[in-house]
Amino acid sequence: MSTTGGGSHPPKAVVGSQVSQDEEMFGRAFDGQVIRRFLGFCWPYRKSLCVAIVSVLVFTASQVAIPFVILLAIDNALVEGRQDRALLEMIALIFAAVVILNYGANFLQESLVGCAAERVLIDLRRAMFTHLQRVSLSFMDRTEVGRLMSRLQSDVSALQEFLESSIFAVGDLVLLVGIVAVLLVLDWNLGLLTLSIVPVLFVMRIIWLPRAKEAFMRAREANSIANGALAEAIHGVRTVQGMVREKVNFSLYDDRARQNMLAHFRAAKFAQINVPIVDTLTGGAMAIVIVVGGNQVLGGTLDLGVMVAFIFYVQRFFDPIRSLTLQYSLMQRAMVSGQRILEVLDVKIAVEDKPDAIDMVTCEGSIEFRDVTFGYVKNQPVLRNVSFKVAPGETVALVGPTGSGKTSATALVHRFYDIWDGAVLVGGHDVRDVTQRSLGQHVAMVLQEPFLFTGTVFDNIRYRCTDASRETVIEAAKAVGAHEFIEKLADGYDSILEQRGANLSLGQRQLLSFARAIVADAKILILDEATANIDSYTEMQIQTALAKLLEGRTGLVIAHRLATIRGCDRIIVLQDGEICEEGPHDALMQAGGLYAGLYTLNYASFDDVADDVADSLIGTAGTT
Amino acid sequence: MTSTTANETNPSTDEGLSGTARADQFADGSKFEVDILMRITRMGLAHHWRMTTAVVATIGAAIFQLFIPRYVGQAVDHAQGLLGGGVAAGGDAHAALWTAASMIVFFSVLRGVFSMMQNYHGESIGHCIGYELRLAFYEQVQRLSFSFHDKVHTGDLITRGMLDLEGVRMFISTGVIRTLLLTVLIGGSAYFLMSTDAVLGLLALSFVPFVAWRSAVARLKLRWMWLLMQERLSVITRLMEENLTGIRVVRAFSAQKFELDQFEKASEDALGVAIQRVSVRVSNTTVMSFAFFASMVLVLWVGGLKVIDGEITVGRLAEVLTFMMLLQMPVRQIGMMVNSFARASTCGVRLFEVIDRDPRIKDRDAAPPLELKRGVLTFENVAFSFGPESPDTRVLSGVSFSVGPGETLGIVGPPGSGKSTIAHLVPRFYDVTGGRVSIDGQDIRDISLDSLRQAVSVVQQDAHLFTASIENNIAYGDPWSDGERIARANRSAQLHDYVARLPGGYETLVGERGVSLSGGQRQRLSIARGILSDPAILVFDDSTAAVDAATEQRIRVALRDGQDKRATVIISHRLGSLMHADEVLFVEAGRVVERGKHEELLALGGRYRDLYQLQSRPGIDHGVDMPGTGGEP
Repeated sequence: MSTTGGGSHPPKAVVGSQVSQDEEMFGRAFDGQVIRRFLGFCWPYRKSLCVAIVSVLVFTASQVAIPFVILLAIDNALVEGRQDRALLEMIALIFAAVVILNYGANFLQESLVGCAAERVLIDLRRAMFTHLQRVSLSFMDRTEVGRLMSRLQSDVSALQEFLESSIFAVGDLVLLVGIVAVLLVLDWNLGLLTLSIVPVLFVMRIIWLPRAKEAFMRAREANSIANGALAEAIHGVRTVQGMVREKVNFSLYDDRARQNMLAHFRAAKFAQINVPIVDTLTGGAMAIVIVVGGNQVLGGTLDLGVMVAFIFYVQRFFDPIRSLTLQYSLMQRAMVSGQRILEVLDVKIAVEDKPDAIDMVTCEGSIEFRDVTFGYVKNQPVLRNVSFKVAPGETVALVGPTGSGKTSATALVHRFYDIWDGAVLVGGHDVRDVTQRSLGQHVAMVLQEPFLFTGTVFDNIRYRCTDASRETVIEAAKAVGAHEFIEKLADGYDSILEQRGANLSLGQRQLLSFARAIVADAKILILDEATANIDSYTEMQIQTALAKLLEGRTGLVIAHRLATIRGCDRIIVLQDGEICEEGPHDALMQAGGLYAGLYTLNYASFDDVADDVADSLIGTAGTT
Repeated sequence: MTSTTANETNPSTDEGLSGTARADQFADGSKFEVDILMRITRMGLAHHWRMTTAVVATIGAAIFQLFIPRYVGQAVDHAQGLLGGGVAAGGDAHAALWTAASMIVFFSVLRGVFSMMQNYHGESIGHCIGYELRLAFYEQVQRLSFSFHDKVHTGDLITRGMLDLEGVRMFISTGVIRTLLLTVLIGGSAYFLMSTDAVLGLLALSFVPFVAWRSAVARLKLRWMWLLMQERLSVITRLMEENLTGIRVVRAFSAQKFELDQFEKASEDALGVAIQRVSVRVSNTTVMSFAFFASMVLVLWVGGLKVIDGEITVGRLAEVLTFMMLLQMPVRQIGMMVNSFARASTCGVRLFEVIDRDPRIKDRDAAPPLELKRGVLTFENVAFSFGPESPDTRVLSGVSFSVGPGETLGIVGPPGSGKSTIAHLVPRFYDVTGGRVSIDGQDIRDISLDSLRQAVSVVQQDAHLFTASIENNIAYGDPWSDGERIARANRSAQLHDYVARLPGGYETLVGERGVSLSGGQRQRLSIARGILSDPAILVFDDSTAAVDAATEQRIRVALRDGQDKRATVIISHRLGSLMHADEVLFVEAGRVVERGKHEELLALGGRYRDLYQLQSRPGIDHGVDMPGTGGEP
């Protein structure tokens, strides 16, 4: 590796993910579990697959029949002394019929299996995607999107290649069995003798398998590492160019790409070592037929046609073995991919509707926390015995330093996570007793970082509410003061937001996410205020928009701005997962606690209060 | 045909959040597929040694394979001749059988070894090409200008760099080598067959023209379908990626069903094409096999008659039929080969479109490095527009200023006024469309990009965190800097204390899989990153927006140390951040409408003053220094 700059120590630089995935790759054994579960995905297509299997059988039978027909022709119509023109023509006609049958069955098997494969893949992808919509957010927080995407894509396409080729593999297996049967029926002894080479093949495979498997997995791993590094370069390209990191990254990537290439060389070696073995054995089997069979023909104990048929069958016998061998790496990949897909499907769904969960049709908008204890990691509660109430229509501000548990508390209202102890009530119902969908209709959230989707401004504002009319959307945009800038965009509401709204300022994106919440029209609004991303102009608009947004709604606001906080009816101050102060602004100011301390410091955001300051404040709060 | 086809025919682009694959970015890259395939082949040929080995091995494997039927025929004749003629040459016949058998074993071994070499080298050339293409793609992604990345969806680029690259790479083994093998096999068989018996030979090969014709037709259809499929898949990719990235929004709006519906629709679209593709492929391959078997029927019939008429021996017929059996597998593979051609050319178009794209921003020929004398940044009558230059689309016009070492320029203005664009023009992320930007009198378009960007540091609004340790993230611009310098930069950015308190310290992993930093912490990290290399020109692009005023004040004090040697541009909406600047520009709709020192601007009583009053309202903190602000430590 040659990196520019040079220096006495290695560069403090890496590309791509640094976390080893080895344990994951080798953790699970190669098991029938994978196959069984995938058969479950094939179940809906059982009818067409049954037809396909019948066609595979017919197809294979016709394949086996072809040399047999030739045998018939040679033995009965062509061998000297038994030549018969009419019989030859009859056999040729039979041959033609077999060929037509072969064509029909072939067409049927391949189309049916091919289409079923495509559908199964879509089903698999859908199953994963659907499942990911329901798994716990803590899982999503922990997992790189890129890794999930690689499962949704590379792993699914690895399965696709496998399923497509499995069309041949299934037929090949049947063909194998068919040929063995015919060989033994034609001539038991010669058949057994010819098949005596098969055990040799098995022994070879047993020695080969574990090493090859490892090589294939390493190759796959190297591939996903290289791909991860590429994805990172694409996502962070602006920083890369800004910091002139191109050369360093390139040489680091070069290293990864090279590792990938070498790993694939090794895997290819393992895959190909089989070829000469199989070919040698084929030659050996043919030699047996020629020497032993030929001698029997000479001795008059074997028909010449049978010998010719044997040669044909032996040749065909190894074709399926050869193609199965060639497809072995595909199968191997498919197994690994299958396991990885199952891993996604097996991620526990942490938050589920109870079987008797009720549909919360109306909601007056109250929120109540009763002795709520909650955390993400065992024995490390983020909230401890938190109790508070928010009356319908009331607006409550949650404030406190970073890590005090504000965001977690708001997430619980929407039941993003299930709590350890206590109860969270919305509209008088325990959130665990109502369906998540109905809960979601009454609780709207505006996240700290506005997220926009690729698509038009219009679609982004109405988002889920696809029945919202254009007027509603424009109304909402006007309410939050976004209408003006939207109108100025090239296509107004139909302007496409490139790359998730990268062409808008943060403030503008914030306003759009407000408008989205207005359209959703929920009784309860949870707002995680942006720390300070917004300029003064938009700030004015946002304060107005906020008032509009909270009109007639219950509000729980993670507030950072003093202006916002002062606009709230009540303030709850969180500290280390516990409520330390609660009350209206004036009362808290008089109490002279943490809130008053923070307020007089005049910080823009309570979140970003340097820790030492917070500590000293807590100290002074304690002593005063 | 270009990749826009699918986009235009895809109805889902018009409604919903789906669609809008940015295929139109590539509209100009129309190429002929033959060129693409030739290009891939040339890349393969560049690996002389491997390619030669692969070609020799392929030809060898095919020829040795062709010897086998010869000996089968001989063996049959020997067995037959003795049986029929009753010649008392038993010993000779036995010996002949043994000879034939050993020749078959011999050629089988050779064939196996050569096939192995053929496959291995074919595949390894593919991996070599894959490696080269990966590097080329990676380099290109890093080179392409912001204007390209603004428009092309990351998901689309990733698909091209991963899936399309695979399709191209595989072409050597599944396309080139296989074609060679099939050609030699069929050509060799033709030769042997014709020399065995011309009439039977012709009959045996009668399927070849038909198969060739079908392949040509199918290839075109398949190519078109690959293209369509790729486009549909990238819609699905984008949907999934955005869903997973924005999973909190999805959940917050309980929009799972909505998202699933969209996904469903995109999947159905893709499935339609996939099914069509299967049917084209299958009807093609099966009819080829049919043609092959049909010619076999003819051979048996006509050949059988010839045997009866005494024109040829049974052995000859057996030999011809054995030849045909040998071709059965390759004929089945013709379908795969055609598919590989279609896939490679489609993927190639999409991949090479990126690789061949000329970056809009690049060094001129033999551009000298920046000669840094004092470090004076000058904008002279700068105009800029993202699209084609016209007064209507201008984002900036007539912007002029100059800032030298020890000086600070402040830029303020409403959102969308073009402040950030000014920041982006300094390191030449975009080129001006009018006027010029220069450093120490050198137009930045005339000097090398690397030298420019090393001298200039822009601290971005949105700091991108890489999945790596905090130390690596801070040292991003200078990976060789020592821990002491990193800590110093981090101290100036007021992030050191936080990092030092983390259990892993500077080794703590951040980014997608690491600890998450708050917006303010991210910005402070970005500042540390920007000042680490001690640039001559430092631009803050609203990079303290999420940092509280007091901390910002401390950062400002910390930065005073090196300031006398550095030109500083501060873009902010917070007046407190830039009121101490030597000059403040008030930008509106791309024009500088007011300029001067803080006091002068206040006295002017214009927009700046309005903003100041807005921000000085009691209780709203924007970092305007007011009594009681917890400022300098």
